[in-house]
Amino acid sequence: MGRVYLPATLEAVLEILSREPSARLFAGGTDLLVRSSAVRRNEGSLVCLERVEGLSGVSESDGAVRIGACTTHGELMAGGLIRERFPLLREAVRHIGAPAVRNMGTIGGNICTASPAGDSLPALHILDAEVELHSAKGRRRMPLGRFILGPGLTALEPGEVLTAVWIDKDQGFNFHHFEKVGQRKAMAISVASMAFAARLNGDGIVARARCAFGSVAPKVFTSQVLDAFFAGKPLNEETLGAAAALVREGVSPISDVRASEEYRRTVAGNLLMRLEGAKAAGR
Amino acid sequence: MKRNISFILNGSEISIETDPALRAVDVLRQDLGLTGTKEGCGEGECGACSVLVDDTVKLSCLMTAAQLEGKKIVTIEGIARGQGLHPVQQSFIEYGAVQCGFCTPGMVIAAVAFLAANRAPTREEIRDAISGNTCRCTGYQKIVDAVEDAAQKMREGDSDG
Repeated sequence: MGRVYLPATLEAVLEILSREPSARLFAGGTDLLVRSSAVRRNEGSLVCLERVEGLSGVSESDGAVRIGACTTHGELMAGGLIRERFPLLREAVRHIGAPAVRNMGTIGGNICTASPAGDSLPALHILDAEVELHSAKGRRRMPLGRFILGPGLTALEPGEVLTAVWIDKDQGFNFHHFEKVGQRKAMAISVASMAFAARLNGDGIVARARCAFGSVAPKVFTSQVLDAFFAGKPLNEETLGAAAALVREGVSPISDVRASEEYRRTVAGNLLMRLEGAKAAGR
Repeated sequence: MKRNISFILNGSEISIETDPALRAVDVLRQDLGLTGTKEGCGEGECGACSVLVDDTVKLSCLMTAAQLEGKKIVTIEGIARGQGLHPVQQSFIEYGAVQCGFCTPGMVIAAVAFLAANRAPTREEIRDAISGNTCRCTGYQKIVDAVEDAAQKMREGDSDG
C-alpha cells in the first residue's frame, strides 16, 4: 500500500522527492485520483500539496501577480485582484467543471496535467504567464509555452515542483472573451475553446489582439499571423470570417469520443464569429 | 499501513485508525458507517459523494483519507439542526425534489454550501450551484424550486433572528 504524504513546507516536499523519486504530486486530486484506480493508487506514494506553505493564494509584487500553484479555481474566481487585472482568466476558470470541482482543482494542476483541453491554458498563454519551478538545485522560471510540451508532457524535471504562476500586471487589454464548446455546460471537457483579448481603439478598431485555442491541437494553438491579422481592423463579420479561415487552416485537431477532427476544425473557426456579438454585448 | 487521523466530523472531534491512501468516501461509508454520502461515478462527475470540508463543498471520492486530518467535515448526517431539519431538507420534502433519492444527499450538501453564501439567488445561479450534481429522476425543476424556497425560508430565518 502506498503512502500519502501531507507536507507543510516545500523543503519537506523536496526531501520526499529525493527519497522517493517515483512519488506522485497532486493538489486537488481532480485528475490524479480519477485516473488512479484503487489498484494504481497502491503502486507508489502520493504527495498532497494542499497544505504546503506559500503555494496558495494570489499576491502582487513589482508589476506582476503571483498565483500560488495550489490556488483553486474557486479561489481565483472569488479574488478581487484576478477580477480586476485578468478578467479573461477569471472567465476561463468559471467554465471549469462545477463548484465542487472548482473548489478542489488548482491552477498548478491544470498546467501540470497539460491536457490539450485544460480550460485555463489558452487564457494563460494570452497573458504570457510564466511558471515558477523549485527543486533541490534551486528556482527557475520559464514561459508557459515552453513548459507544456504536448498532451500530458511538461518540462518538469524529476524532483521539481511547480510552485507558482507569474503574470505581468499591466496587460493593456480592454476587451476579452472566453468561450468553450462542450457536450453540456457544466462538467464538460472542452471540444474546442477560445480565449481572446484585445486593445480596441475608441472607434472599435483593433490596436492589438491575442487569440488562443484549446482542444484543437496537441498544445494550445496560437498564431502570430492570426494575432497580427486583427490589427487595424474592426471585429466585424468580414474580419472574423477571414480570421476563422486562418484558424481552420492552422489547427491540428484529433477525432476522439467527444468530437471528430472535422467538427473541431469547423467549430474553432466558428468560435471567432462569436466575438462580434460579445463586443456588441459590451463584454 | 494504518495511521491515526483526527478531524471534526459533524461537530464532534473524532480520531480513527485507517489507511491514509483510502478515499475519504470509503472512510465515511465503511469505517464510520455514514452511508448517507453516496458513491455514484467515483470519478468526480456526479456529485453524489459531496461533503463539506471547512464549509466548502468538495467531492469525497477525489480525496484521500489523509486529507481529512484536522479538517471540519460535514456529511448529510450532520446537516439537520438537532431534531429539526435544515430548511433545504424541509423544502426538498415539500417540493417533491426527491425521487429515487440517490443524488439527494449530494444535492442538499451543494445547496447548503451555496445558500450559506447567497441568500437571494436567481434560478440561473441555483442551476450553476447544482451543476455538478447529476439527478436522473426529477428533471431538476423541483430541485431548483426547493432550493429557491429554502433560500426564502433562510432569509425569513435571518430576519427573525
